Amino acid sequence: MPPLVTAVGLALFVTYATWRAFANSHYYAAPYVSPFYSPCLASNCQDMKGGADWPLFGSWWGLSPALLVLVFPLGFRLTCYYYRKAYYRGIWSSPPACAVAEPHAKYTGETRFPLILQNSHRYFFYLALVVAGILTYDAVLGFRDEHGNWGHMGLGTLVLLANIALIWAYTVSCHSCRHVIGGKLRHFSRHPVRYRLWGWVGTLTARHMLLAWSSLISVGVADFYVYLVSSGAFDDPRFF
Amino acid sequence: MSSYTAHFKVWRGDADGGGLADYQVEVNDGEVVLDIIHRLQATQAADLAVRWNCKAGKCGSCSAEVNGRPRLMCMTRMSVFSREETVTVTPMRTFPVIRDLVTDVSFNYTKAREVPAFVPPQGVAAGEYRMAQQDVERSQEFRKCIECFLCQNTCHVVRDHDENKPAFSGPRFLMRVAELDMHPLDAAAEAGLDRAASAQDEHGLGYCNITKCCTEVCPEGIHITDNALIPLKERAVDRKYDPLVWLGSKIRRRGQ
Ligand code: SF4
Ligand code: SF4
Ligand code: FES
Ligand code: FES
Repeated sequence: MPPLVTAVGLALFVTYATWRAFANSHYYAAPYVSPFYSPCLASNCQDMKGGADWPLFGSWWGLSPALLVLVFPLGFRLTCYYYRKAYYRGIWSSPPACAVAEPHAKYTGETRFPLILQNSHRYFFYLALVVAGILTYDAVLGFRDEHGNWGHMGLGTLVLLANIALIWAYTVSCHSCRHVIGGKLRHFSRHPVRYRLWGWVGTLTARHMLLAWSSLISVGVADFYVYLVSSGAFDDPRFF
Repeated sequence: MSSYTAHFKVWRGDADGGGLADYQVEVNDGEVVLDIIHRLQATQAADLAVRWNCKAGKCGSCSAEVNGRPRLMCMTRMSVFSREETVTVTPMRTFPVIRDLVTDVSFNYTKAREVPAFVPPQGVAAGEYRMAQQDVERSQEFRKCIECFLCQNTCHVVRDHDENKPAFSGPRFLMRVAELDMHPLDAAAEAGLDRAASAQDEHGLGYCNITKCCTEVCPEGIHITDNALIPLKERAVDRKYDPLVWLGSKIRRRGQ
């Protein structure tokens, strides 16, 4: 992808996400919750019938509850090997393109603070598994209607399902996942199951860039859909 | 068979300096850049220095930069350029020029020597090594390397920063460390050598910011970044930043 497209794409998403994260409104339209606001860890959230609403932080937190949870996906994506490549090239011009001189007088890469912290990626991966689990729960709750009765499906249910499928695909295709699941082994022949899993994850890892972008877009779309429904701008079409 | 006259610019000079020289030269169907360089040698510039050997993309000798892109001259078809296009051929930029298109690639031999060799396992005679296919297939990808050093030349860590050369082994030799660390029979750990940690401490793995230019230029299509460098970074994290592994090694060290 040309560096300019990458930079513009990232900037658009960051702008949108910043607005939505600080907005602290229109993030719940029963039964759908925006992925930016789930799980809700403060007690100033809107009531989300049976949703991931755990006021661990209690009532002293007065800002938007999205800020408490967004740090996890943000950290995950900031330290992601693909996004690193994207912003080192697209934003930091290091390098601007292959075999093109970079504009910096000095270069130390990821050898020292702060960039040495990129090595923490795997811990964000573990946290991302938890977040993906919670968003899966949210998507399942999309099969209840606004009164909490099961057996409902609307366009919103599909939007949340598509989003969570892409989030899982992105999370599982993570290079740290590939390492933990089997890449760290020296003898695949002694671990046939992990060897096979490693092969499957590797197939996804090869498409990590595609999954990074499609899940980024799907998260934005899912949030925007909830915003539209919740603000009354759009009426969620119901299938049953 | 059709032929035409192309405009070539070729870098001529030596360690003391030089510049681009212009040539009009005949090009025939099916030819590659190296053919044209050879025609220049045969017809107009008998003293043009160029390193080559196989003309089949297998010896890794003819690396150069064609229109600014690092490539093998023998694998760059003339048909990728339009007839009007000027084709500029320059030596690899990261290594010191000896003459014309020939560079001094001894940096790479120095780095190769710095990677400790395979450590034979105790109690297994040389003819007795048995390895399962799935245990060696990762290394087999890395062994497709023809040592053209295009990846070393393109990597911005040393291409733009001569001062990083002592600390950084480059993608080709970090890949060698990865290959040995993944080798099913390598006994380095038993001999007290932690290859993954040494990749970071001795071979400069941290300088790599995984921007994948080495992968993009590799004529053998080796997934250097995805299959060697990133896995090696993850292995280094295991050794250096994983609290459990760290605690384990502290306890073991105290016992020694
Ligand atoms: S991925 Fe790393 S080793 Fe390869 S060219 Fe980029 S910085 Fe250099
Ligand atoms: S890894 Fe690829 S680019 Fe690098 S020296 Fe080997 S064949 Fe050449
Ligand atoms: S999420 Fe991209 S490498 Fe882990
Ligand atoms: S001459 Fe052997 S690789 Fe080009």
